[in-house]
Amino acid sequence: MSRRADEVEVRVVPNGPALVRGADAVRDEDGCSHPTTRPVVAVCMCGKTQRAPWCDGTHKVIPRG
Amino acid sequence: MHLPRARGPLSTCVIERLDGSRSRLDPDAIDTFPDDVVRDDDLQLALWVLYELHYRGFAEVSDALEWAPDVIAFRGVLEAGLESALREMVQSVDRGDPDGPFVDRLLEVIESGAGPSLATYVQREATTEQVRELMQQRSVYHLKESDPHSWVIPRLDDATKSALVELQYDEYGAGRADRVHATMFARLLDALDLDSSYGAHIDRAPGYALAENNMMSMFGLHRRLRGAAMGHLAAFESTSSLPCRRYAMGIRRLGLPEAVAEYYDEHVEADAVHEQVAVRDVCGRLVSGAPQLEGDVLLGAAAYVRMEEIVAGSILGAWSRGESCLLPRQMDAVA
Repeated sequence: MSRRADEVEVRVVPNGPALVRGADAVRDEDGCSHPTTRPVVAVCMCGKTQRAPWCDGTHKVIPRG
Repeated sequence: MHLPRARGPLSTCVIERLDGSRSRLDPDAIDTFPDDVVRDDDLQLALWVLYELHYRGFAEVSDALEWAPDVIAFRGVLEAGLESALREMVQSVDRGDPDGPFVDRLLEVIESGAGPSLATYVQREATTEQVRELMQQRSVYHLKESDPHSWVIPRLDDATKSALVELQYDEYGAGRADRVHATMFARLLDALDLDSSYGAHIDRAPGYALAENNMMSMFGLHRRLRGAAMGHLAAFESTSSLPCRRYAMGIRRLGLPEAVAEYYDEHVEADAVHEQVAVRDVCGRLVSGAPQLEGDVLLGAAAYVRMEEIVAGSILGAWSRGESCLLPRQMDAVA
């Protein structure tokens, strides 16, 4: 649960997003950097979000394969 | 903020006590509760006014009355009425397999919400006037957004507390005053040319809208109900992202100012994070450290779900009859 001040912690939620703590920015697959000031962010893992790279809850309405 | 207008005998007593025209409140004078406590305009206003002494208070009321024994005793009787109504209201909610994993049970309760969707209506059909009404009603909570859950912070073990504070820190703007969610909501009201001062729309908020708010204050102010407060938080955050996206779409469909949509955009993104933190970290850690609170967490989540059904049903019902979802504006005596 504890991490060093310069470390980023990533935790994948089952059937949900990845929770990222301690990041200043998230880089997407095109190499674009998305800055954030939140203490923790939810990064989309289902690929269906309308607010990439951030989770917008859409995973809840897509059927689980 | 000034004291609102009374709506019946209970709120009259409370307002008279607070403005100094009555010397004490008599808790024994309340011998019966109304049939429908949650929708009762008078009882809910009385309770709302009493709770507000712990938040921002009223310009004309002495701060010392916050802890006056007769005021607290009177509040206690009203709270007992609300608590028993809430417990009855959630009896029909399936709390899942008692031997199942806690997080699964909590998610099952949260996902049990039924009834028509207010967000879908706003997305597709609401008029500008209906959105303006809804925002006035919502201002009862959103101008003190997150405050009711903050009462719980010192009542938690360290691990649970750190999770709750992480969430609340984001709600309070993560160190940026202009990103405090309540401040963003005030900007939304300004953009709609509505009064954004704290408590501005209380006189037009129906009993059920005050009840929704009073429930949170009751859970937050009683250490005994800390589990319910956190279950409520988890259900609230978990049912926010997708509806907020619909609200933002409806607001853009109507061509309303960008500051209005911006508030909802922020909540799509923020609450997608908060729901995970609230369910898994806040409630998960709370119950793993204090398993006896599991039932209370589920109670809080179920009460949120049921209350939302009542609120959405009441608002959509009023609109379908061609009425406002606000109480009529009180006209001062006309000569």
